[in-house]
Amino acid sequence: MSKLKPMSDQVPASPERRRFVGAATATAAGLTIAPGVMLYQVAHGRPEEQAASSAVRWGMLVDATKCATGCDDCVTACSTENGWTPVAESKHPKQAPQWIRKLELQDPLTQMETNLPMMCQHCAEPPCVDVCPTGASFKRADGIVLVNRHTCIGCRYCMMACPYKARSLVHEDLDDTQKPDVPRGIGCVESCTLCVQKIDRGDGNTACAEACTAAGHNALLFGDMNDPESEISKRLRELPTKQVRADLNLNLGVRYHGI
Amino acid sequence: MKRLLALGAVVLTTAAMAWAGSDNPPKADGAPKPVITKAVKGEQCVEDTDYMRRNHMKVLDGHRDKTVIEGIRTKKYSLKECINCHASETTGSVAAAKDDFCVSCHSYAAVKIDCFDCHSTKPQGSIAMHSLNAETAHYKHKLAAQATSKVSVEEMAGVAQ
Repeated sequence: MSKLKPMSDQVPASPERRRFVGAATATAAGLTIAPGVMLYQVAHGRPEEQAASSAVRWGMLVDATKCATGCDDCVTACSTENGWTPVAESKHPKQAPQWIRKLELQDPLTQMETNLPMMCQHCAEPPCVDVCPTGASFKRADGIVLVNRHTCIGCRYCMMACPYKARSLVHEDLDDTQKPDVPRGIGCVESCTLCVQKIDRGDGNTACAEACTAAGHNALLFGDMNDPESEISKRLRELPTKQVRADLNLNLGVRYHGI
Repeated sequence: MKRLLALGAVVLTTAAMAWAGSDNPPKADGAPKPVITKAVKGEQCVEDTDYMRRNHMKVLDGHRDKTVIEGIRTKKYSLKECINCHASETTGSVAAAKDDFCVSCHSYAAVKIDCFDCHSTKPQGSIAMHSLNAETAHYKHKLAAQATSKVSVEEMAGVAQ
């Protein structure tokens, strides 16, 4: 099914209709839904009344060999999408949220430099979930590790348990600067959500990966690791990849190549 | 003694009657009634007004767990959709001013709302008007670096003062 019957020019494609069409043709890479309206990359668009499914496991492949020195487009895109203030602009940089951060590493013996973004690794066995006293830290059916802010008490056990320093606490009142799609607030822990609002909308990509592709680096690839036909699964089969702190046996959703 | 008591009773009764009949009677209703503005958009709420007045907290509570935990983002009972319809035309928000939709009733009923510690009080799109908007915040330092206009000594002196 590559082409749908064109609708009349008078009827604009409503979001509901787009969502329905997206769900109906989940694997199509690009298709015409109305004259002049193309729908690209409808990977796993699901109807809005359907819960996230464990048939899917969202993950990301970071190609550190393509990650550019001095580029922080992924960090900027994340802060823009999710509404957190970047460290450089924060009044309290040591407390500033870092949903994603750019690392530049150097081998002391060979001076080889490696660039990579570090964020929540979306473990299959997340230590943050193990330690949470209220059940606020949880793993969604599709593998995304999230904080339920309705039950988070801000105790920060999860921040201590995380081997990747991926979480941060909101220390101060945000004064209604939040995005309507991304509620976040004082006294709650937060971290990378793999742009869950975008996934649920059916975008099929994260803000950081979109920004990396837009910058021409293509170092970030987001997709369903359970689907053997997805781009990320194909690349994971071909490339040698590593999990950071693989010794912890956490089965990470974020895999690195070239580290 | 009896006469004194009778006089006292008469004085008290007269005072009470004068008080009741004065131009400024005591407010039997207490606090001023909430201002309920009709929703800007939309014709009909997802439920009857009476039902929503009593049960909006229950339906919101049920919907939030479905959304956060299961990822079900249907529009019915979604707080975002409440805000989309009920945001004030003047403030663009449901909780910025004391007469805004949510705050107006909640302050009357003396029930604290926690929703807006985390949730935006404004509909999608309108947040761009906010001065602290994160959408442009990270560009500010780039714009500042690009700014080529030179600041004169007089202006600097003015700033210092």
